[in-house]
Amino acid sequence: MVGLGLIFIGKLFILQVYDTSYSISAESNTRRQVTQYPSRGLVYDRNGKLLVSNQAVYDVMVVPRDIVPFDSIDFCESLDLTIEQLRERFVQMRADIKSRKISTYKPSVFMKQLSAEQYGSFQEKLYKFKGFFVQGRTLRKYEYPSSAHVLGYVGEISEKDLKNQSYYSQGDYVGISGIEQTYEEQLRGKKGVKYMLVDVHGREKGAFRGGRHDTAAIAGKNITLSLDIELQQYGEQLMKNKVGSIVAIEPATGEILSLVSAPNYDPSLLIGRDRSQNYPVLATDSLKPLFNRAIQSRVPPGSTFKTINALIGLQEGTLKPYTTHECFMGYHARGLSVGCHNHESPLNLSQSIQHSCNAYYCFEYRDILDNPKYDNIQDAFDAWKDYLVRFGFGYRLGADFKNENRGFVPNSAYFDRHYNKSWNSLTVISLSIGQGELLFTPLQMTNMAAMLANRGHYLTPHIIKDIEDEPIDDRFSEIHETGIDLQHFAPVINGMELAVWGGAGSTARIAQIPGVSICGKTGTAENPHGDDHSIFMAFAPKDDPQIAIAVYVENGGFGATWAAPIASLMVEKYLTDTISTPYRKWTEKRMLEGDLIHGDKKLQ
Amino acid sequence: MVTRNYNKSIDWITVGLYSLLVLFGWLNIYAANFNPENPVFFDTGKEYFKQLVWIGFSLVFVGMILITDSKFYVEFAYIFYGITILLLIVVLLFGKEINGAKSWFEVGPIRFQPAELSKMATNLAVARALSRYGFSFKKLSDILKAAAVILFPMLLILLQNDTGSALVYTVFIIVFYREGLTGYILTFGIIAGIVATLTLMIPNATIIGLIVVSVLVILYFKGARAELFKAIIAGAILLGLSYTAYTYLKLTIEFEYLLMPAILVTSVYLLYTTIAKRINKFIPTYLLILWSAIILTVSADYFFEDVLSHYQRTRINVLLGIEQDPLGAGYNVNQSKIAIGSGGLTGKGYLQGTQTKFNFVPEQSTDFIYCTVGEEWGFAGSTAVVLLFLALLLRLIYLADKQHSTFSRVYGYGVAAIFFFHFAINIGMTIGLAPVIGIPLPFFSYGGSSLWGFTLLLFVFLKLDINRNELIR
Repeated sequence: MVGLGLIFIGKLFILQVYDTSYSISAESNTRRQVTQYPSRGLVYDRNGKLLVSNQAVYDVMVVPRDIVPFDSIDFCESLDLTIEQLRERFVQMRADIKSRKISTYKPSVFMKQLSAEQYGSFQEKLYKFKGFFVQGRTLRKYEYPSSAHVLGYVGEISEKDLKNQSYYSQGDYVGISGIEQTYEEQLRGKKGVKYMLVDVHGREKGAFRGGRHDTAAIAGKNITLSLDIELQQYGEQLMKNKVGSIVAIEPATGEILSLVSAPNYDPSLLIGRDRSQNYPVLATDSLKPLFNRAIQSRVPPGSTFKTINALIGLQEGTLKPYTTHECFMGYHARGLSVGCHNHESPLNLSQSIQHSCNAYYCFEYRDILDNPKYDNIQDAFDAWKDYLVRFGFGYRLGADFKNENRGFVPNSAYFDRHYNKSWNSLTVISLSIGQGELLFTPLQMTNMAAMLANRGHYLTPHIIKDIEDEPIDDRFSEIHETGIDLQHFAPVINGMELAVWGGAGSTARIAQIPGVSICGKTGTAENPHGDDHSIFMAFAPKDDPQIAIAVYVENGGFGATWAAPIASLMVEKYLTDTISTPYRKWTEKRMLEGDLIHGDKKLQ
Repeated sequence: MVTRNYNKSIDWITVGLYSLLVLFGWLNIYAANFNPENPVFFDTGKEYFKQLVWIGFSLVFVGMILITDSKFYVEFAYIFYGITILLLIVVLLFGKEINGAKSWFEVGPIRFQPAELSKMATNLAVARALSRYGFSFKKLSDILKAAAVILFPMLLILLQNDTGSALVYTVFIIVFYREGLTGYILTFGIIAGIVATLTLMIPNATIIGLIVVSVLVILYFKGARAELFKAIIAGAILLGLSYTAYTYLKLTIEFEYLLMPAILVTSVYLLYTTIAKRINKFIPTYLLILWSAIILTVSADYFFEDVLSHYQRTRINVLLGIEQDPLGAGYNVNQSKIAIGSGGLTGKGYLQGTQTKFNFVPEQSTDFIYCTVGEEWGFAGSTAVVLLFLALLLRLIYLADKQHSTFSRVYGYGVAAIFFFHFAINIGMTIGLAPVIGIPLPFFSYGGSSLWGFTLLLFVFLKLDINRNELIR
């Protein structure tokens, strides 16, 4: 025991008396802790093209306690400040000290992101300005003016996050949205620290204790996205002057090939100092460019949803591929009418998808809900709802974006509340054609196309393809079965093929791609506030699907008007790399030039 | 002439040491919270003010202890123990989680940590168990009973995820040793600790190799040379064969697994010769040691990798110098060493510290309060604290030795052992000699529970000491 006491005293002697490098007297020398910021990981697209890199900038730091009166004119000149601005900064600094936001003992940021020239001239004169020093760090650099919603942005950490996460300190940069946020931990790397000895004049006198306590910063991990930047840019061009989104997925893997939200913006607008100017402009834009429509907006799926009701009917046994229903320009029952367009009648299942017959699905949906297998409408409805949940609707799919919306799928309790428990299959008939209470995100719509392409299962959509030295999340390779038997897919998919290739009366002929067996389904979501939304979902080729896609164009009218041609152009570009025939080129030109924002909404 | 003084007065030396430690501790808590930019004294929300309240309550407790009959503690030892165990279970179910450990009760503004109280209760129970008539550390059943008394609260505290407080209970082994537990167990524990530590620092194969060589050398000098020679040859041949197989088949297993069959063959052969030829009876003992060491090596690795949580692993790695992490696990120690080191010979002066303010040092008024001492009072002040603790410990041992009753003696040793553990680990941790285990420095660290816990622990012993001539059992 006494021995231990002696050991302690010995160690204390070494620490406090013998080893003078620790004992820095408060007046003459100070130890300055300089954080070594790692560079953030780089981001590549699926073909190895560099999307995001880094650029170096410098911040002026200050330790308020160490400031002595200095030549303020000289100071302002080297930093391109006016005397008023400098005064303002000092007033702010005093206020921050008073409100304990910053400490007088510890460095805090005085001025952010010097230009290279400012850095040069200031560094030279630094010895005159005691208490100030310059700290290097890196900012993001975007190689393409594209994919802003996917990449997200990096900004200073908020007060709230600062409290919750001990890794960060005030003024640190952190991923705020998109993959910068999702993969923050991998991308940020690990800060290092360097202890410097600083003399009375604020000059660095070398490393503290020979750098024994220093650590090097560890650079962030590089990541590869499943995004195809060429396809992404093409999609952004097609969506120019339109409001809506495109989401494309590789069905076999669930990898997101393209995720367009229009209108978009150049990600470079939100780098560093520019962000404070540009962000309010983007945030107050009435078309909400910051809103990631592809994962955050909720729209009724419209007629694309008929494929799902058909699959549920087949699985429940209330529908057979050969079931036919007649259509007299719509469905009429007990004073309620659901209109339809002019087409041949009666139709079987595949034809009903080909012609997108509303009446067929009113009959078909009532058969599901009035199935005698269930005791009451509530049970039948919830059984139907459970199918929807297995298809990935009504809940977040769990893609690697933090702000994914879950969409909306009502349950029987919802209608019990609204109709005071007295409702029947006719009350909810608009759900048969994907209208009414049902709301999907564009991502969920594409996932529906991918599920159809896979004939019954899907993988959680994700945009990460590879992380340096680290496996990607297991859940992205997990197969989600929907519980629909394989044989039920043929009639539905044949119907989707006929919708494109069936000749006269087919709803999506405009989506034909020479030599590519694309299957698709149009949708037109009724919009009580204005023109209907144009929707199209598709996958191709039919037998070996490489891409599943859903496009939605706000106020675009019929599905075939905007969404179908845009989706087919995306598919053609992805599968064949070119747009082939003159007719297709004409379609492409029409889409690229189409403008749904600036007043002229009619097609030429 | 011997005067029989049944009511001897309280041991004023200990009381004096206690008062000095509490006073000096409070001064440092004040310093750790002192803000030179905003110096105020009367702020009921501040830790130094609350600590003053806790000190006041402690004095009340001291008074209550001193007016209670000593026999009360003897008779009610198990009841105290039972209540504490109950509290430890209840806190597991309804407690509040703070810093990852579910070990606190929270009633309004008051928080209370039953683990602090359980040290005293366990010490009472240990004293009671060991002082039972006929108790002997020569009987296995008694050893197990004594072990159960300490393991029970220890496990409950481990379940609360408060590893630091749980480790304190290991110190009772010293008390047991003092009361007659065979030295083998203590020695074995120490050797096991060394081997386990080495396991983390150097490859397993090297350690196993070292153990094998040392056992073989011992056997050689013990005279079993002929058998040894044959056994080694057999082992070497097997090792050669498996190594060839390993190289040619490009197997990806750890080298230690190649060593083991060879060692196994050697040991089996040696065992066979011992039994068959009835010579060298010491061989089985050494083989047993050899194999326990091998099993320990492998299982320590397993324990380290698969049982310990990530942060505990990192802390041990940082201490052993395997991992450098000054902003993570090593941060505390690094900042703490810098703060203490910057104090110099005489310190920067009271309230003049810079490193122990503004959150450079984490937990600066609780687990790392010693940094404030080191920075502001320098080598002189920090040595004084070490000397004060040594004086207290030596005084406690001196008093314990003078007790007539086993109960009081064991309790006294327990008090000394617990203080010793806290003192050694806490100060060791702040100067980088012990791993960062979050336990308070007695009387110094901020916190009502710990101050009360230590005060009760100490003054119950002083009360027992007052009546030492009355208590005979």
